[in-house]
Amino acid sequence: MKKSDVPQDKSNLESANIKDMYYALDDNGNYITELSTGWNPKTIALDNAIKEIEERVENAKKRVLNNETSPVEYYMELHKMDLTILSSYVGFWKWRVKRHFKPSVFNKLKTKTLQKYADVFDITIKQLQDMNQ
Amino acid sequence: MEIKFTHKQSAHCENGVVSNLMRHNGFEVSEPMVFGIGSGLLFSYLPFLKVNHAPVFTYRVMPGLIFNRFAKRVGIKIKREKFKNLKVAKARLDEYLEKDNPVGLQVGVYNLPYFPEEYRFHFNAHNLVVYGKENNTYLISDPVMEAVTTLSDSELEKVRFAKGAFAPKGHIFCPIAFPEKLNLEKAIVKGIKRTCRDMTAPLPIVGVKAIRWVAQNIRKWPKKLGPKRANHYLGQIVRMQEEIGTGGGGFRYIYAAFLQEAGQLLKNDKLSELSEEMTAIGDQWRDFAIEASRIYKKRSDQTDAYNKVADQLLVIANKEESFFKALKKSI
Repeated sequence: MKKSDVPQDKSNLESANIKDMYYALDDNGNYITELSTGWNPKTIALDNAIKEIEERVENAKKRVLNNETSPVEYYMELHKMDLTILSSYVGFWKWRVKRHFKPSVFNKLKTKTLQKYADVFDITIKQLQDMNQ
Repeated sequence: MEIKFTHKQSAHCENGVVSNLMRHNGFEVSEPMVFGIGSGLLFSYLPFLKVNHAPVFTYRVMPGLIFNRFAKRVGIKIKREKFKNLKVAKARLDEYLEKDNPVGLQVGVYNLPYFPEEYRFHFNAHNLVVYGKENNTYLISDPVMEAVTTLSDSELEKVRFAKGAFAPKGHIFCPIAFPEKLNLEKAIVKGIKRTCRDMTAPLPIVGVKAIRWVAQNIRKWPKKLGPKRANHYLGQIVRMQEEIGTGGGGFRYIYAAFLQEAGQLLKNDKLSELSEEMTAIGDQWRDFAIEASRIYKKRSDQTDAYNKVADQLLVIANKEESFFKALKKSI
């Protein structure tokens, strides 16, 4: 890729003042570095991935409201986590976290256990028990 | 206290940290040089491992490997430590800074406040340099940022003890012993040989064989996974290929820059020629990304379109196979 071909598309990098660094060729065929504001094919992929996460969060929220799952799953999705990541943060086995997704089990959890989840999600126990708070 | 430290932005965090720490200790080694000597280039496909609900595709070696190989090949010593106790981890960092030693840290990206929200995923193998401390604020040189930045002690603790895959566990590293003169020539040859070996390895999950395996799977995705997941998987490939830190084209341009520099250093014209070839291969990866983005932009499920990008990957695989065979012969 030539220096002049380094893409300068609009992207959300701008908001954080970050620029992407490319290695490209100058007019004499020597490698140099050049900053880029973004590239559309990449931006679209990222946007789609973000939308996918938002859908997962929405979906989890609905299921909490229908009493099909507990707020633990909702907050897990909200923090872009999966079962493996959440289980390593709270320090429980995966099957235990999964069990805490059951509303009946979640409603009987001890304060100590709830506090662990609340700490990981950086919220209060009240917020954990009621997503709308 | 602030240690005099020159921050230089780089494409990739690991090369950048190494290159910046080396400069601080009086050795000017470019980012592509670190990447090439550390045999950073790769392609790997791990369909049984999922990140962000899609398989793992990677264009580089495992985190930490570049620095380790580089150190071994040029003859420097690195001291590395991981911690269970948060307080001990902090004390050790402060100790280094008091002795005027800037140090490298492995951190998780998810809680890095200066990263844009959209880029904050649970990725734990980011690297940065701490070069000082003022009150409770640490001075940070993050190689993917244009300028230096800061983190409070609680922010730094959070990212140092991120959890999940590749959890950093407070990982701290610092080069402690250097040879009188770096023997780059020998190290370059070693680095190139290893990359050639990995890229042509007879295993389905690494090198050109992995590229072919991905191509084979892509053809099946629209039917097997449905348009939504198939699109998501394709997006994941492009993101891994073009994410911040790749220098474009899945690290192929950085590698081309390395070959150019190595060709001049070793006075080997063949390497300079191969550098041009690698640039062309990088361009083809970019074309593949453009074609793939057309699919997921339209959220298409047309098998024809998937077959087309799969064909592109096969062409790239063939090119890379002959390329690495030629590269092996050239040194």
